[in-house]
Amino acid sequence: MTVIADGSLRLDAGPVDYALLGFYFLLVLGIGALARRSVSSSLDFFLSGRSLPAWVTGLAFISANLGAVEIFGMTANGAQYGIPTVHYYWIGAIPAMVFLGLVMMPFYYGSKVRSVPEFLLRRFGPFAHLVNSLSFALAQVLIAGVNLFALATVINLLLGWPLWVSIVISAAIVLAYTTLGGLSAAIYNEVMQFFVIVAMLLPLTIVGLYKVGGWNGLVEKITAANADASAQLSSWPGSNLTGIANPVLSVIGLVFGLGFVLSFGYWTTNFAEVQRALSAKSMSAARRTPLIGAYPKTLIVLIIVIPGMLAAVLSPDLAAYKAAGAPKGAEITYNNTIEVLIRDLLPNGMLGIAITGLVAAFMAGMAASVSSFNTVFTYDLWQTYVVKNKPDEYYLRTGRWITVIGCLIAIGTAFIAGTFNNIMDYLQTLFGFFNAPLFATFILGMFWKRMSPLAGGIGLIVGTGSAVTVDILSRNGVLDLSGQGASFVAASVAFLMDIVVSVLVTLVTKPKPDSELVGLVWSLTPRDTLKHSETGENAGWYRKPVVLGVGVLVLAAVLNVIFW
Amino acid sequence: MSEQGNKSAGLFDLRYILALLFGVYGLVLTVMGLWFTKPEGLEKAGGVNINLWGGIVMLLAGIAFTAWARLRPIVLPDAGDATGAGEG
Repeated sequence: MTVIADGSLRLDAGPVDYALLGFYFLLVLGIGALARRSVSSSLDFFLSGRSLPAWVTGLAFISANLGAVEIFGMTANGAQYGIPTVHYYWIGAIPAMVFLGLVMMPFYYGSKVRSVPEFLLRRFGPFAHLVNSLSFALAQVLIAGVNLFALATVINLLLGWPLWVSIVISAAIVLAYTTLGGLSAAIYNEVMQFFVIVAMLLPLTIVGLYKVGGWNGLVEKITAANADASAQLSSWPGSNLTGIANPVLSVIGLVFGLGFVLSFGYWTTNFAEVQRALSAKSMSAARRTPLIGAYPKTLIVLIIVIPGMLAAVLSPDLAAYKAAGAPKGAEITYNNTIEVLIRDLLPNGMLGIAITGLVAAFMAGMAASVSSFNTVFTYDLWQTYVVKNKPDEYYLRTGRWITVIGCLIAIGTAFIAGTFNNIMDYLQTLFGFFNAPLFATFILGMFWKRMSPLAGGIGLIVGTGSAVTVDILSRNGVLDLSGQGASFVAASVAFLMDIVVSVLVTLVTKPKPDSELVGLVWSLTPRDTLKHSETGENAGWYRKPVVLGVGVLVLAAVLNVIFW
Repeated sequence: MSEQGNKSAGLFDLRYILALLFGVYGLVLTVMGLWFTKPEGLEKAGGVNINLWGGIVMLLAGIAFTAWARLRPIVLPDAGDATGAGEG
């Protein structure tokens, strides 16, 4: 458990930088304490009493995803692949977020379910529900642990604190505010985290661009340093990112694998995301949540990818590493992109903001996992199968205890991750595969009333199993896929297998009676229960979900053309 | 449709917290930028006084959040029971 940093990435943090970080912690805990006063029922604790305005839930929606793993990963992709990284946003997130807001949210919010697994319970019964609740709860605590460990290594590298100190301190802070204030505290902190992360990334982008001689200077340097510069400077076909040489297949991989299966699976069925929208105060606000989030999501990629590209030409270490073709065992790798930039570009003061931004990103990632885990565990496992029909205070208390236990498991996972680093990395990829078949099951289940309960459960298991199989085959070299292509193919196979198996099983099993599917299936749901109010706080053309959705699609399309 | 389960908890106004965050950060950075940024810090950033500029932008962000919260205060739904309306 002692990873000793060699000091080459050590930041020269001064008292002011620590003071800025400390002030942030103070506000984070303050939000937890203030939010506690509004928690009087389990619904307050787990879903903020369904009371939050759309701009708050919208920012929290993307913030829950904008964790440190994302920032490190995407700046690394920017350094390695260049502009094609934007596909993770413009293709890999925006259409799915629009789809969630326009098509799926009316079912989620309108049916008054408290979690994504609960929707499966109502639509398909206990089998599919158990499969999903258990896999989701397990995945979230382990992911929280992975986050915690990643945070500790970064703090160890940058500031020199021992691993266990950062693990325990950050877990204690997250635990304190999520136990006290529940989802409200988590969401408010996610919004604050979003702004701090922007306050970290924007100066990096501006200073970096200034140093390199503007956009043209960056293009020149990349062209001079790379044989495949044109692939790094244009978004399509993105062959360097997918690892699929044929441009047509590469585009198909991006659009179907990343843009459809992976992204729709993640954004529309991952409860850690959907929970943010369920906490909105009205149907209109719930539908606008992913749509409002989509705008900053479209733009923030620019201040993530450009710093990555900048680092690869500005930092001599990273440039040498890239020129040498990313040799194994190098001291500084693509994964250090953001750390190198912070070290090289920011003076004391701004340095403190950047450290705060990184720590905030890790803590919010963990809080998002913990706050969705405790909800699914309490409502979907404990209340549904173990201890039923108790008064609400009992479940509120259970929720608080489960939060504590979840954090403790996460700490344990973090320490295990210290010894088996690769395993954790692998697990995380694996959890990504739960979403693709889940989306297939949801979309079939929402639009095909005949789909039977058994098909729901078996489809999920077979789908996930096929993704894992493809992944194992490609890791062992049986399938020849490099780059990110392997995960696109694995997810696509999972999606298709889920559909095929669900259809086949449905044809030989008994469907649920129509009366039990009202509000859950498109053709059986009265249209006006899917509508939202358009008066008062929800009035105005700019609050119409369709307008917001079309607007962000146009924005993403225009940006795609600009960076073609 | 919109007024389901109207038990508005009267949560405090997040915009004031954001204003506080950016106010303090902006002030610290501006002071750093004006008087305490060492030459090597300036050189790191290619000659841009990023502390000063960042500080000014953050101060403006703090003012913007305060203004927004003042101009469009949270309206508590009329059905709200008397439990603590957020003090902001």
